[in-house]
Amino acid sequence: MATYQLNVNGQRKQVDVDPSTPLLWVLREELKMTGTKYGCGISVCGACTVHLDGVATRSCVVPISLLGNRRIVTIEGIGSDPVGRIVQEAWVEKDVVQCGYCQSGQIMSACALLKANPKPTDDNIEESMGGNLCRCAAYVRIRQAIKDASKHLA
Amino acid sequence: MVSLYLDLPTSAQEAGQAPPAKIFPPDAFIHIRPDGKIVIQVNRVEVGQGTHTALPMILADEMDADWSQVIAELAPAADVYKDPLIGVQWVGGSTAIANSFPQYRQLGARARSMLVQTAADGWRVKPEQCRTASSIVYGPGNRSARYSDLANEAARRPIPDKVALKNPSEFKLIGKPVRRLDGRAKCDGSHKFAIDLDLPGMLIALVARPPVFSGKVRRFDDKEARAVPGVRDVFEYPLVKGSAVAVVADKFWIAKQARDRLKVDWDSDGIEHADSSRLFAQYKELAKTPGGVAVKRGDETAIDRIPESQRIVVEFEFPYLAHAPMEPLSLAVRFDGDSAEAWVPAQLPTWEQAATAEVLGLAPEQVKFNVLFAGGSFGRRGLVDSHLVREAAAIAKRVRGRPVKLIFTREDDMRSGYYRPMFAHRVEVGIGSDGAPLAWRHVVVGQSFVKGTGVAMEAVLVKNGVDKLAVEGSSDSPYDIPNVDLTAHHPTVNVPVLSHRSVGYGHNSFVRETLIEELADRAKTDPITYRLRLLNKDAYKFRAVLTLLNEKASWRTGLPAGHAVGYACNQYNNTACACAVELSIVNGRPKIHRVTVTVHCGLAVNPLTVESQFQGGIGFGLTQVMPRGAVTLKEGRVEQGNFDRYAPPYIADAPTDIDVHIVQSTEPPTGVGEAPVPIIAPAVVNALYHLTGKRYRSLPLVAL
Repeated sequence: MATYQLNVNGQRKQVDVDPSTPLLWVLREELKMTGTKYGCGISVCGACTVHLDGVATRSCVVPISLLGNRRIVTIEGIGSDPVGRIVQEAWVEKDVVQCGYCQSGQIMSACALLKANPKPTDDNIEESMGGNLCRCAAYVRIRQAIKDASKHLA
Repeated sequence: MVSLYLDLPTSAQEAGQAPPAKIFPPDAFIHIRPDGKIVIQVNRVEVGQGTHTALPMILADEMDADWSQVIAELAPAADVYKDPLIGVQWVGGSTAIANSFPQYRQLGARARSMLVQTAADGWRVKPEQCRTASSIVYGPGNRSARYSDLANEAARRPIPDKVALKNPSEFKLIGKPVRRLDGRAKCDGSHKFAIDLDLPGMLIALVARPPVFSGKVRRFDDKEARAVPGVRDVFEYPLVKGSAVAVVADKFWIAKQARDRLKVDWDSDGIEHADSSRLFAQYKELAKTPGGVAVKRGDETAIDRIPESQRIVVEFEFPYLAHAPMEPLSLAVRFDGDSAEAWVPAQLPTWEQAATAEVLGLAPEQVKFNVLFAGGSFGRRGLVDSHLVREAAAIAKRVRGRPVKLIFTREDDMRSGYYRPMFAHRVEVGIGSDGAPLAWRHVVVGQSFVKGTGVAMEAVLVKNGVDKLAVEGSSDSPYDIPNVDLTAHHPTVNVPVLSHRSVGYGHNSFVRETLIEELADRAKTDPITYRLRLLNKDAYKFRAVLTLLNEKASWRTGLPAGHAVGYACNQYNNTACACAVELSIVNGRPKIHRVTVTVHCGLAVNPLTVESQFQGGIGFGLTQVMPRGAVTLKEGRVEQGNFDRYAPPYIADAPTDIDVHIVQSTEPPTGVGEAPVPIIAPAVVNALYHLTGKRYRSLPLVAL
């Protein structure tokens, strides 16, 4: 066990966990922030996507000991970001979700994409969202919601 | 059935927090709160299909409730929440809207009537002089009363036997596009799924399962596992078949580390080590002999008199499929000795409450059974043997006094079985001089997940030893073929199998729709026209969707070079659909450019959900044509464990656009969850034929 200081959604947090514990499980079980989801544990489904210093990252494969002092933003905090709010609204407006389990990760990936590239093409969308699996296959509306959000970012 | 009751404000409510759900009396569907919120109990688990919005819409419409004030809650297991037609509380077979539409209308209309009566009595006027809108009763002379002010008194009134329902022209919500009630919470991280459950004192269980199905623990060494700080217990417990070792710990990651350090000696002696290649070889041999009779029509020997040049003899292979919902399986149980509580994203609460009780030595009513939201299911949580709650209860029984949440890792989920069964089909088609099929001999081979289980539905589904759920799509073919000989074999194999979104249609409709299009191509007839000509007289919904498809897919003429179009249609539980798919080949894979879908689901209760279920169902069905869209067994062991080797479609694999067109209808609504799934795979390979000249009869589509 070791003690770690974290910056999550702009707040200081301290946790005592085994150094191998992935950030995903620190968020979910230590900080009770369950919006970030476990889907595969090997970074192939994207359900656990968070931003580390603004970069979309799979939190299931980041051991807490390797996190350093990078700023963490999760689905619970992305709404305080102007792009995050626009993306969440576009998602609600388009009625994107079905079971909804992967959508935290989808939204976090979409926010990272739109922050880097406010006018993404279909190819850009497929590249940036390409690792986020949705078993309900809500992909048509995910794509439309990103395009709608993009319009509001103009 | 209806109960309206009033809550006194509590400090929690005043503080703006939602109060805990109170279901008292237990038969309540509607709870009007003093703040005007109307809480509606939904008796069907939400797995993504949208009933959590559609059923409240139906009730609220008849009640004239203010939709902006409606809150939906998942109802726990209770008799009052059983499907009125089936007598079991459940979700499955796309039945929720079809079976509950009359019930939820009645509930809403009765509540409205009780509120109107109360207001009318208070004003000393006749109820007929009153009208309602947006949770307010209006009476003569500018009188009005809010539902929330009438609820207390209305709840004391007798529930009326007969109430008038709205004329469909008066619907304000039904038939209109309405956004999901659970939409926002699923976008901001606040929505809770079963895996997110956090209870005081809760422990986490992970399980080491036998690598070969039905295997059992010979002995295990838990020394290193127990040395991991935070591990509470390690023990063997029985599975439905065989046994497993549970690791119970304070947190998931602790349990995971401990399980990785566990050494288990598994006993799989004398147990069948199923192997996909071997099974296919056996199935294909079996398919050359007739099985139990599903359909006999006309002259079953007619085909033998048709010249060989006018005959097609073909074999099809379909692999095991994992449901692999995004939320890995997860549920919790607490056992207190003389009572228990369970938290389960259950498709069959009635059965699962009983199974939990059975394992714990309790009566069903001693188990408080909460139904939680599921992050997908696709049939995986609709269990015939209730194995999930049986396992969770066995673990909770040992732990006793504290809730235990059983979590499957993705690998546990994917390797734990309960797959869509493997199937082989062999079909001989005899073609008449007009190019239409004259005779059809068809043998289906694959496991039944119903036959031999002894469950009540077995008697309904299994006839002549044939499970309807294995032949549906062939047995109810909409095409008019004079001579049909359809039979089936159900071998027993040591692999647990289960219903999978679209059930038998997933493979049978593939066989039917690829062969029909092949016949159309052979007859040099437009595939939509060919199908329309061949439909039997009762297939009016098929006729409607194909006719609409012909109109909406006008893009199909004049495609760019290198592009091709394929078609398919399907009907599941009275919902018919058809699609046209445009694709080309990019990097050796089909690239889908466009899908046009037409749907006949009677009255579309929420067109926005119908559209999303069809867009999603098409994507889900696409799994079958993905190169890694199969679960395979090698010498008893499942070869896939995660989304790296079992890879459903991601966004780049899915169509950019899927336009969904609904046939306007006033017929009773029918379900939309399963109908779309079977149409995409046949339409894709039908299109591919025009680009490669090959017919594809085995799924997944590994190479073109």
